[in-house]
Amino acid sequence: MPQPIRLKDHEKDARQVRSRVIVGVVAIALLSCVLIARMYYLQVMQYDYHSTLSENNRVHVQPIPPTRGLIYDRNGVILADNRPSFSLTVTRERAGNWQKTLDAIMEILELPPEDRDLFEKRMRQGRRPFEPVPILFELTEEQIARIAVNQFRLPGVDVTAQLVRHYPLGEHFAHSVGYVGRINEQELKKLDPVNYSGTHHIGKTGVERFYENELHGEVGYEEVETNARGRVLRVLNRTDPKPGKDIILTLDANLQAAAEKALGGRRGAIVAIQPSTGDVLAMVSQPSYDPNLFVTGISFKDYSLLRDSIDRPLYNRVLRGLYPPGSTIKPAVALAGLDAGVITPSTRVFDPGFYQLPNYDHKYRNWNHGGDGWVDMETAIMRSNDTYFYDLAHKLGIDRLHDYMSRFGIGQRVALDMFEEASGLMPSREWKRATRRQVWYPGETLILGIGQGYMQTTPLQLAQVTALIANRGKWIRPHLAKTIEGVPPVDSNPMPNITLKDPANWDRVTRGMEMVLHAPRGTAHKVGATMAYHLAGKSGTAQVVAIRQNERYNSAALRERHRDHALFVGFAPAENPQIAIAVMVENGESGSGVAAPVLKQVADAWLLDDKGQLKAEYAKSVVAKADSP
Amino acid sequence: MNSNFDRTLPEGDVMRRRASLLQRMHIDGPLLLILLMLGAVGLFVLYSASGKNWDLVIKQGTSFGLGIVAMIFIAQFEPRFMARWVPLGYFIGVALLVVVDVMGHNAMGATRWINIPGVIRFQPSEFMKLLMPMTVAWYLSKRSLPPQLKHVVLSIIMIGVPFVLILDQPDLGTAMLILASGGFVLFVAGLQWRWLLGAIAAAAPVAVAMWYFVMHDYQKRRVLTFLDPEMDPLGAGWNIIQSKAAIGSGGVFGKGWLLGTQSHLDFLPESHTDFIIAVLGEEFGMVGVCLLLSLYLLLIGRGLTIAVQAQTLFGKLLAGSVTMTFFVYVFVNIGMVSGLLPVVGVPLPFISYGGTSVVTLLCGFGVLMAIHTHRKWIAQA
Repeated sequence: MPQPIRLKDHEKDARQVRSRVIVGVVAIALLSCVLIARMYYLQVMQYDYHSTLSENNRVHVQPIPPTRGLIYDRNGVILADNRPSFSLTVTRERAGNWQKTLDAIMEILELPPEDRDLFEKRMRQGRRPFEPVPILFELTEEQIARIAVNQFRLPGVDVTAQLVRHYPLGEHFAHSVGYVGRINEQELKKLDPVNYSGTHHIGKTGVERFYENELHGEVGYEEVETNARGRVLRVLNRTDPKPGKDIILTLDANLQAAAEKALGGRRGAIVAIQPSTGDVLAMVSQPSYDPNLFVTGISFKDYSLLRDSIDRPLYNRVLRGLYPPGSTIKPAVALAGLDAGVITPSTRVFDPGFYQLPNYDHKYRNWNHGGDGWVDMETAIMRSNDTYFYDLAHKLGIDRLHDYMSRFGIGQRVALDMFEEASGLMPSREWKRATRRQVWYPGETLILGIGQGYMQTTPLQLAQVTALIANRGKWIRPHLAKTIEGVPPVDSNPMPNITLKDPANWDRVTRGMEMVLHAPRGTAHKVGATMAYHLAGKSGTAQVVAIRQNERYNSAALRERHRDHALFVGFAPAENPQIAIAVMVENGESGSGVAAPVLKQVADAWLLDDKGQLKAEYAKSVVAKADSP
Repeated sequence: MNSNFDRTLPEGDVMRRRASLLQRMHIDGPLLLILLMLGAVGLFVLYSASGKNWDLVIKQGTSFGLGIVAMIFIAQFEPRFMARWVPLGYFIGVALLVVVDVMGHNAMGATRWINIPGVIRFQPSEFMKLLMPMTVAWYLSKRSLPPQLKHVVLSIIMIGVPFVLILDQPDLGTAMLILASGGFVLFVAGLQWRWLLGAIAAAAPVAVAMWYFVMHDYQKRRVLTFLDPEMDPLGAGWNIIQSKAAIGSGGVFGKGWLLGTQSHLDFLPESHTDFIIAVLGEEFGMVGVCLLLSLYLLLIGRGLTIAVQAQTLFGKLLAGSVTMTFFVYVFVNIGMVSGLLPVVGVPLPFISYGGTSVVTLLCGFGVLMAIHTHRKWIAQA
């Protein structure tokens, strides 16, 4: 009697499995035939091709590094070019015992023993099989000859010509153009290994670093046939590299030279900006250094000298130097006060030589201890009257002051294309709470009004504030690259223009700045008297050591390095601004006495013709005023 | 009934009459012989491929010895006994894979290892290579053949869970092997052809989806490089160009042992692991490759014979799947090194350097031996 349950039919299962195994056997046989056919194709039909590739000739792919883009100044003066240089390379795979080869090279070239460690280090950095590793650069004629004579002893050793970066103007552009150096281990990890496979150098600072991608170009490669000795027999296939892009800078080599001369060997910084374009015309940070030293690897001794020098030549004062802006910030503070409506152009304040907050004993002193009497806004700028600006800062309050100064770029990076620019500091209540866990005191607002206290600015920022006043609030980020292969750089993060409720305030503040140089009581009228045009400027001093209450400022007692830094900012011609300049003379003491004459020389170099007259094209107001109302 | 039968034909008598030493140890002679030959060939090639590195050869030899011991140990177990523990093993295996995945995500990177320092360190995915076919074979052997749709669907879920987990590690090569080992059980069990073709048709959109959502950049690059090695001759294409040159330059008889320039001059990357067949092809030519392939085919032939002769359905399905999966190893590895398939990181069985792979493979053959040597001479009533 049939049961309702289904019985397993073992015989049927076995048949089923057997038939499937047979299918499997057929499939395996077919696929094995595919493998054998593939082997036949590679090993019999393509045997000649592959054996040429492998056995006789060691065919391999060699990267061809692209030529690095050149860097020019705005007039076509070359600032960074590539020069052929001979270097010694060792290919580890062909050298046999490469340690012995190194010994032989040491002996033939009579090199000092410490080079040996350097060579070994470079040999161990080899990246790809059969890649020649350069171990010694800039061979002399004699060294090349000695290697050639001993070539038979040195398998795998070659003298190769390479293009190596050279900076014809050396130290004059070290802080702006920067330099390239050998790729180090850390950089190697981040780089595209293919594109950099033939490249040994990379931008380390300055324009060289910021525009590394544009300057580098794209690698090419060639497949070459070489014999066992490593000599290239023929090139089978070649893809040309794409050279890097040339960059024309906004800098002017003549103005740069004039600015360095104006600084006269003192430590300091100068930045000159063309207000209408944001072009940086000159960028001086003194003292400087020779960037060519870094290209092929600076010796430890040279590097220590630079690093440990008390003058800090490696320090880029324009971009990294942080100073309180001192009185140079007063025009911007005045603009803030006018626009916020806490003062009018005619508001007057009585200066007895100091300022006191209501209910406080502390006296905030004017630099002129006798006091200036009644001062209005223009007079306050002209006389650099501290009392007026204590009062103004107090009326504005820290929040509005922070807001306005931030719109001028204080406390932020202002440049478009400069490597490692410092952002400086514009303090605020939040900042103080976050970093010091303290509330904001009213007295701290007062000293901000005269550019002291927590505020920190770079010379570049001071120049940009000046350029903004000259340009009536139109923001163009200062930039070093004028064009990259003909294309100007694009600002992807533009700053909003500063618009004033009453645009006439720009003129009022400018007039105050003009009076600094051209009115009889102006703080820098001695410099102004010698000028062939009108300059709108402002002096300042940045304290190096804080002066305690009731202590008299006595510069003789301070050591030279503790003296104040002298600052001066200005633009000219005042009615048709062509150049905005910031000058910082380290330990120069007096803004109007030391920094102002430097600034005048720089402005003269840009504005005057051979006869000492203002160039005709700058005389009249031909440039349209800024778009902003 | 039973007691009468026992009296007249005691089981022990039958066994004693036919049992040789090997059979008493539950070892299959032909299998052992071929495996030992493969092991010897492997060490021989490895010596050259590793640049005459004795340490490496000794380490590999030790792994092989350990694998043989493990194989013989596994051969002692009754397949029925194994089947009883399969479901538990499967759940433990999946749980370990989940643990590895979670740990890997926490560590912000890929990890394939369970590592209890000082105690044990292993890859659960290796464990799964054997458990996967066992689980599906155990499941299907309880049903009638060919499997019904719902059983097929359940089997696919059983395969899919570890597959996705391993794919997520990410380890494309192992995931494919797991998929293959489970799939072969279904195939041997008589999965209907139209479902099989349907699955292949469905694989195309799945592959497209994988390309966009699952595959990592390095895996995509491998596939692209496989399609056009010249695209990136300095980077990822280097391996394939060099391995083809190595094999091709070997010709019919090869350059001779230790004389392969491609591998000895460091042109050939990974020459002692995944790309070792290129060394064999260069030094022993087409003859060498064909001889090795014959050894593999002999092994596979023996494995399939065991599958057909197995007395239980579990044994048949399991033996068939293990053997066919083994062929996948061989085919994928040789295919990828010779430029037929993309580079997916599957070692060449018994030849590539790597202890884990050898031990896992030998355990698989231990299971085959268990299936073959625990057969009953008289079928039970």
